[in-house]
Amino acid sequence: MCLAVPGRVLDVEDRDGTRMATVDFGGVVKEVCLEYLPDLKPGEYAIVHVGFALQKLDEESAKRTLELFETLGLLQEEFADPWEAAEAELSEWQTQDDVHGEARP
Amino acid sequence: MKYIDEFQNPDLARRLLDEIRAAVTRPWALMEVCGGQTHSIIRHGIDQLLPPEIELIHGPGCPVCVTPLEMIDKALEIAMRPGVIFCSFGDMLRVPGTGRDLFQVRGQGGDVRVVYSPLDALRIAEENPEREVVFFGIGFETTAPPNAMTVHQARKRNIRNFSLLVSHVRVPPAIDAIMRSPDCRVQGFLAAGHVCSVMGTAEYPDLARRHRVPIVVTGFEPLDVLEGVRRTVLQLERGEHTVENAYQRAVTAEGNPAAQAMLSDVFEITDRAWRGIGAIPDSGWRLSERYRDHDAEYRFSVEGIDTREPAECRSGEVLQGLLKPNECEAFGTTCTPRSPLGATMVSSEGACAAYYLYRRLDGATPGRRPAASARMTSGTPSPATASLEGSPLA
Repeated sequence: MCLAVPGRVLDVEDRDGTRMATVDFGGVVKEVCLEYLPDLKPGEYAIVHVGFALQKLDEESAKRTLELFETLGLLQEEFADPWEAAEAELSEWQTQDDVHGEARP
Repeated sequence: MKYIDEFQNPDLARRLLDEIRAAVTRPWALMEVCGGQTHSIIRHGIDQLLPPEIELIHGPGCPVCVTPLEMIDKALEIAMRPGVIFCSFGDMLRVPGTGRDLFQVRGQGGDVRVVYSPLDALRIAEENPEREVVFFGIGFETTAPPNAMTVHQARKRNIRNFSLLVSHVRVPPAIDAIMRSPDCRVQGFLAAGHVCSVMGTAEYPDLARRHRVPIVVTGFEPLDVLEGVRRTVLQLERGEHTVENAYQRAVTAEGNPAAQAMLSDVFEITDRAWRGIGAIPDSGWRLSERYRDHDAEYRFSVEGIDTREPAECRSGEVLQGLLKPNECEAFGTTCTPRSPLGATMVSSEGACAAYYLYRRLDGATPGRRPAASARMTSGTPSPATASLEGSPLA
């Protein structure tokens, strides 16, 4: 949850009095609230946390972090179905437990 | 140099380590506050790359871990109520309350939904006017502003069936409490970068001065952590104790003023209990009087819940940096991520989970990379190799 992901603003609109944007996170597109960064413009990058843009970021830093997150599968994990993720995690830990069990004397 | 080749810029990492080695003349204990930093440190074996004089102590910077058990139990109780749609971030699903978790509550018929953003929970409330929609508002200064804005929007748009179960916490009072503890060994802090991207650095100079402790704002990628350590050690060796910003690409001195203004409007500062640590004065937020209608604790009577901490869980000591996860008797035996005693073992940012994932099974076991099949859990802050090539590490 603490993971704030850099994203690139695609377009900005005023929706019911709230400044919103569509933001591209390395291929995953989400609705993001711009109320805390109202001057953000299409093409610019920002650190986004739980659907809110919180701080501008330069393009180079943003792209580097995004590439990194993508390589590591973090983007998919961040935006994947959480119930499926939790179930997958349980079975993953089962495997880990077995590995640890063998490792313990 | 067991791990250093895994850094995307190993040359820069080597240079930083050489500088740290050259500067150190005596032992220093530094605390990294952010759970993302902890995972980065353990994953990359940064603690083992550093000269032996430098000890990294893991701090209380995991929002899931520090949420008090009583609050988890209140969440579980509300989530079981008929007519309630309980919304949460995915991180909270497997955090154990007394006897169960949100995952199990859904299995027992509770309508638990996971959202990406608190605004998604507000939309659910709008679409289900006959239901009560409750969002579990946990987290530090990074997460509190989105939740504050959501309550503000609910008020503005007159969405009355939306409420927030608030358990927000603030980092500076926790640093203060850690420094005041008679057992405290911390001599320098790596402050949490994303918290500062919202709050700026204004809260820290007073803490640094009063406790004569250097505070260096630090990111969570491996090279960020090394740079934070380097700057903290240089200050300690010179006998200085100031606030430095080593994460300038994401943190400005003033932070995000709009977010700070919304926090002050929607929330007020209150004492808050931290799981395993206890009450810390002024360390949290609750909804201010004006927004009380949207406070789930007022709307649902959830007092009198029988909350019991498992006696064998020592996560409180882990969160205060008094105990390393693998020094706990339950670690990896009666407590595993599949069957956790406390949140530090199940949270993607928890110190115990980091030690478990990276096989720090006992104090003598050097950290190893996990098997290829092992992966970090959803929402994990960068467990990554750094990619700051050419970066000023600012």
